[in-house]
Amino acid sequence: MVGLRTSSKKTLKGQLVSAEETTTEVADVEVDRTVDVIKEPVPMEIADEDLVFKASDLSVFYGDFRAVRNVDMRIKRNEITALIGPSGCGKSTVLRSFNRMNDLIPTARVEGELLYQGVDLYDERVDPVEVRRRIGMVFQKPNPFPKSIYDNVAYGPRVAGRKKGLDDVVESSLKKAALWEEVKDRLNDSAIGLSGGQQQRLSIARAIAVDPEVLLMDEPCSALDPIATARIEELMAEIKDEYTILIVTHNMQQAARVSDRTGFFSVEVDEENDRRTGLLVEYTTTEKLFSNPDDERTENYITGRFG
Amino acid sequence: MALTTVGGASNATRRVEDEIFRRGRDLKGTSFRSLMLSALGVSILILIVLIVDVFVDGWSVLSTRLPDFITGTLRSQSSSDALGISQGLLGSLWIAVFVTVLSFPIGVAAAIYLEEYAPRNLLTKTIDIAIRNLAGVPSVVYGLLGLFLFVQTNNGNSTLYAGGITLAILVLPIVVITSAEAIRAVPSSLRQGAYGVGATKWDVIRTQILPFAAPGILTGSLLSLSRAVGEAAPLILVGAITGRLAPRGGSFVSLDQLGDRFTAMPIVIVGWVQESGRDPGFAAAAGAAIVVLLALVVMMNSVAVTLRNYFENKRG
Repeated sequence: MVGLRTSSKKTLKGQLVSAEETTTEVADVEVDRTVDVIKEPVPMEIADEDLVFKASDLSVFYGDFRAVRNVDMRIKRNEITALIGPSGCGKSTVLRSFNRMNDLIPTARVEGELLYQGVDLYDERVDPVEVRRRIGMVFQKPNPFPKSIYDNVAYGPRVAGRKKGLDDVVESSLKKAALWEEVKDRLNDSAIGLSGGQQQRLSIARAIAVDPEVLLMDEPCSALDPIATARIEELMAEIKDEYTILIVTHNMQQAARVSDRTGFFSVEVDEENDRRTGLLVEYTTTEKLFSNPDDERTENYITGRFG
Repeated sequence: MALTTVGGASNATRRVEDEIFRRGRDLKGTSFRSLMLSALGVSILILIVLIVDVFVDGWSVLSTRLPDFITGTLRSQSSSDALGISQGLLGSLWIAVFVTVLSFPIGVAAAIYLEEYAPRNLLTKTIDIAIRNLAGVPSVVYGLLGLFLFVQTNNGNSTLYAGGITLAILVLPIVVITSAEAIRAVPSSLRQGAYGVGATKWDVIRTQILPFAAPGILTGSLLSLSRAVGEAAPLILVGAITGRLAPRGGSFVSLDQLGDRFTAMPIVIVGWVQESGRDPGFAAAAGAAIVVLLALVVMMNSVAVTLRNYFENKRG
């Protein structure tokens, strides 16, 4: 774990690290099954001025069906918050309710309260387009637009009406996403030709080009190999000073490595109609959740007895 | 293969050989394949016979006076040196203009509304099915519609715009269906990616959906154009007749023609085939006219394919 962090810094400074070296280190991480978190302890309490999201008894419905219930979370500025849990527990659904992406599904609706910097995100006066400019999203599968690398990154600023200074925005976004060195000589090439890991970093560059306050990442590494995954993780650590990050992940080691706080979701199956409803079981600092969880279900999950 | 290895191969190898070597022929598969191949052969054969037949019929005209034939006009005698199809070509050109100006914008816009804006409910489902059925309605029925709407309301006068609008309505459902299919094929990851960086619905349609769907929309639209240019039945009903659509005011193409009586390539062909009983020379003229019409349709389809390839390359 520590080894990976160190090598990450080295990679960023030197830009190029031999593939074998990285592979061995990542492999070490993969075989290391015990999740011992070595990082500075995160205080449990969050001061009001640092509070970015406050979800109170949030539920998400698809039609009559309640997909997730009982989500109570307080998300702190400039922290990385991980949402973990078994498949179908609704963690992605919750993530998508944080920037109103669920609006794209006609039957989806929320109950409860979700405050973004004190403003109710589901107030009828809220413009979802403006919400998504402030709360960007990176998706599970890299989804570059069939346009040039430049046009991909410039897309967000352009639809926001920006015409000048796009070159600078593209360069700084690609630099933040640690992709600039690899693509600076072929910005006009199609983004479809990039590798999966590069495409995902391009998605991150595209998301930060509109200068959001929050980045929502929905299993951003699930389609990537360990090397590309390590790159994304070190990138998250680099940019968390500027952004508040929420990440959904299936990979508990990843949650333990990158996040400050973690929420564990589980599933309840209704025997009568075989419907599965997700719920937030435990939400606390990553250190506590992985070393000394309060809930038995959390403990079973992180020790591999369930899920 | 088996014979050469008998000496050296172990029993185990021979057993595996027994299991994985080909046993007999896949009779069902082979016969199914032959059946498909012969079906394809029949289609191509019919097409070849058709093309050869019209070429042979029209050869005496095509080989001797093709340029004059294209610029010539309709005559009562097939022996006339001035016999030609210019009026038919002009009428078909006008029809193409009507389809392009009316069916394409309205059809594509309707498809965008249906796919992107309309809520999914019973009403829109019904509309969807209705449009699909409209695309299958026989073209004569559209001719009747045109007759009532544009000819009888105009004191029974047949006009070029009546024919043009009727054919535009005929292909409208086809344009809607093919455009809707193309829009539906746009990957949802593109929409989500665009919405995710704060694009509005209109941004997403303008910058993602239309560029991605453009090849499909173009192909469908241009194929429907070919269909309109080849239709005869509705035009007969709305009163396209042979021997009309003269150049007006000294210019070959003029907006005044819209209110004139008119003809079109399929009508010219039908007329000449009928005349060939009285004057056998018209058979050759009809054959030559068919070749020209075929060439026109092939040209339109080539444009469609070229444009589609261009836009597909562009979207990477």
